[in-house]
Amino acid sequence: MSVHRIMGIENEYGIAVAADPAANPMLLSSQVVNAYANETMPNRMRRMRWDYDVETPLRDARGYDMSRADADPSQLTDEDFGVANVVLTNGARFYVDHAHPEYAAPEVTNPRDASLWDVAGDRIIQRSAELASSLTNQLITVYKNNTDGKGASYGTHENYQLSRETPFPQLIKFLTPFFVTRCLFAGAGRVGLGQEGDEPGFQISSRADFFEAEVGLETTLRRPIINTRDEPHADPDKFRRLHVIVGDANMSQRMTYLKMGSTALVLSMIEDGFLDFDVELHDPVSAMHQVSHDYELVHRVRMKDGRELSALEIQRMYIEQAHRYVAATDADEMTLDVLSEWTRVVETLATDKFALRDEVDWIAKLAIMNGYRERDHALWNDPRIAAIDIQYADMRKEKGLALLMQAKGKQQVMFTEQEIAQAVVTPPHDTRAYFRGKCVEHFVDQVAAASWDSVILDLGSDVPLTRISTPDVRKGTKDLTESLFASATGTADFVRKLQP
Amino acid sequence: MSERDFIQRKGPGEDDSDDVTTPGKAGGGQVFDVSDLLDEIDSVLEENAEEFVKGFVQKGGQ
Repeated sequence: MSVHRIMGIENEYGIAVAADPAANPMLLSSQVVNAYANETMPNRMRRMRWDYDVETPLRDARGYDMSRADADPSQLTDEDFGVANVVLTNGARFYVDHAHPEYAAPEVTNPRDASLWDVAGDRIIQRSAELASSLTNQLITVYKNNTDGKGASYGTHENYQLSRETPFPQLIKFLTPFFVTRCLFAGAGRVGLGQEGDEPGFQISSRADFFEAEVGLETTLRRPIINTRDEPHADPDKFRRLHVIVGDANMSQRMTYLKMGSTALVLSMIEDGFLDFDVELHDPVSAMHQVSHDYELVHRVRMKDGRELSALEIQRMYIEQAHRYVAATDADEMTLDVLSEWTRVVETLATDKFALRDEVDWIAKLAIMNGYRERDHALWNDPRIAAIDIQYADMRKEKGLALLMQAKGKQQVMFTEQEIAQAVVTPPHDTRAYFRGKCVEHFVDQVAAASWDSVILDLGSDVPLTRISTPDVRKGTKDLTESLFASATGTADFVRKLQP
Repeated sequence: MSERDFIQRKGPGEDDSDDVTTPGKAGGGQVFDVSDLLDEIDSVLEENAEEFVKGFVQKGGQ
């Protein structure tokens, strides 16, 4: 096995109007999502819906999707709160979740593509905020971060498809210490300690302090390190979807790749029953906070067996296992790359962590803040330090510090602007996201609803809605469906051709 | 996207032929100088940092 598996990322972006801090975030989020949808899909069915219920009879899915109103920007402001929801031509879901615009990237088959379509989401939200700002005559800004530093946190969730047979106790046992220490390279950095950030200081992870439980179903309260939500969005007899909620939003394209890649490699080792070593933590939740707060990388956490190990040592144990695992198989190129990068980054953290300031987010932030601390004697509670923390993840090209660093070659990137622009509009070729995205591209005014495992087409008011199930993530690919899209003379013909 | 595409590191000033399986500093050891960056950040940082930070209030999410 390898780093190749079905995976994807969801980001809830921070959203604000500096001139009006009291602006309603649900309304702003709806305006942002709708502005983008109206620009890119002017003919879409009004209120293209998310198909929540796979059991619902077809007729019921019609609801208020029946009529299609012209997209008039002036109507934007009175869109219903919270309902803005579209499926994009790249296969992503773009919608309002709670009080944030959320981009759920299309399913991909490897960590490189996961990072690419995650970056595509950043460009989409960037454009959306620009459009919504000009439509509403106010500057709406969006941030790829996970906290406001005042007690609120919002997520960056990773999803990995697993075999249903993978024993959950093994996942808990071996993923927990990995997740607690993974922030060493995948942390976005954060100013302030504690959920409210009221204790001055700096920490590695922006999410760590918001975790209060080891295992559980919650995502918004008493957040658990291992989330047990079990919606496979695929054949439930064969698959489980591991929903990972501990991660930070990375600006660094390379660290998104390494985060997803190293996690996929650990999952692969667990699935294959390869891991058998003592790595259990005495108190995972407390260890998670301790590791995040220890940006000097000197602290040791207590293990179940009484040993005291540093986060670096724990990461090294996983890396050592991974080297043995990979050596025993005929590993593919990307798996070898993930392992070699994982090894290099962790070893560099141990010897000269600031050498990673052009690729690891928390180190980039810390290096900049240390610069201010030295030059201006700024303290951790200096408003400029807090502003840097927020502005690092500003999605505007001219204001976002990470994006500026990337543009100036001060943060390494993995993708060309051309590749990113392509991923903004095109789906991955090797999953069902291809089918979903192409349906939107070709039949946007007939897509009544869609979800991860369905597309519902409206062939006219005299026919029931047609629901096309896509339960297999690896079907609906370019290889399997490109010719269908090319040869169909219309939606009805397309549906006819789909029937066996 | 072909399997080979991912091996290219597109960092400015980097050599695209760089073999990723070789451990070592990806950017060839040329990490930026922080003091150069501070001047640039000074010029883009939100003008009234205190007010900006105070006004950045989010609702919780997932």
